[in-house]
Amino acid sequence: MSDRPISTDVSRPGVTYKDHAHAFRGGIKAGAGMPLIMVLSGLTGFGALAHDSGLSLDISVALTLGLWGMPGQVAMAELHALGAPVLAIVAASSMANLRFLPMALVMMPVFRGHPLARTWRFLLTHLMAINPWTVFMRRGPQIAVEFRVPFFIGLSLICYLGGAVGTAMGFILAGTLPFAVTVSLIFLNPAYFLFVFSSVRQRNCIIAVVLGAIAGPLLHHVDPDWSVPLCGLLAGTTAFFLDRSMGGKRGSV
Amino acid sequence: MFDGSPDLWMLTALVFLGTFVWRALGAVIGSRIDPDGALFQWISCVSYAMLAGLMCRVLLLPIGTLAETPAMDRITALAAGFVLFMVFRRHVFAGTISAFAVFLALAVLRSQGVI
Repeated sequence: MSDRPISTDVSRPGVTYKDHAHAFRGGIKAGAGMPLIMVLSGLTGFGALAHDSGLSLDISVALTLGLWGMPGQVAMAELHALGAPVLAIVAASSMANLRFLPMALVMMPVFRGHPLARTWRFLLTHLMAINPWTVFMRRGPQIAVEFRVPFFIGLSLICYLGGAVGTAMGFILAGTLPFAVTVSLIFLNPAYFLFVFSSVRQRNCIIAVVLGAIAGPLLHHVDPDWSVPLCGLLAGTTAFFLDRSMGGKRGSV
Repeated sequence: MFDGSPDLWMLTALVFLGTFVWRALGAVIGSRIDPDGALFQWISCVSYAMLAGLMCRVLLLPIGTLAETPAMDRITALAAGFVLFMVFRRHVFAGTISAFAVFLALAVLRSQGVI
């Protein structure tokens, strides 16, 4: 359409690719920097933690490839080490990855209009994790609709493979590295997510993070097995109503 | 290293389903939930509170190797990370790396018997 003016609006698809393979490589390039570093270091921390929790290498890598969400993986490793009941482990791990529901709910509409989006929707949501999601929610809307699926698959796949490599690396290195390095790698993981959650922009989510951070350790004293879902429901619901009662603009702070 | 027991593989399969259910639900419901609606907002609040609570518990009341470090070191490192996090306008990488660096430095100093 030569009569259409060139759009400068970033919310309009301005980025295009030659073909699907080109878009796929574009996705890999977008993921190969900071997202890959974060996934590698984060999952190296998880590998070390899994080793520490008495899990095996195959189970640790399977957890990364199967769950692909560190809070759920950490919950599983930690509660398994505690000897918690199976139902409590599954519930806590599942609840710890509950964020994938809202993340998928806001990500899937970005693919709308792509012929493969419906067929591949379960693959797309399975490859989704914090890092590729953050990049895709920023860059996806700028890409022409037909190239969003291959771009996302390239982006998330490089992170996914990096996660598997990082997990194995952390697991293997955990036994050989000096104590100071191993313990720092274990520390890295929850610290990273604490900063990720602290960077949320919405007021109700900020309140939820603060209340959750206070309630989490307190509820652990009350009931270690169910403290995680309980913390979410109590602190999250309180934050939700607190934010509503505060009125004003609920968007960004 | 490759000795996951059948029980552990079963547990792994169950936690896989426990996570996949959210992804599948998100994929199926797609855009039917209004991202500005109350239900969506409540779900976000619950998930953020849950994750922040879990991570805080892991850092303050750890189990295993992390429990062998003094709480003071973990809190100092997190505080240092938060300062740089805020200085760099809520920059996740700046906060994470500085917290990690301070924690590593403290752990090395302790292992050397300096502190």
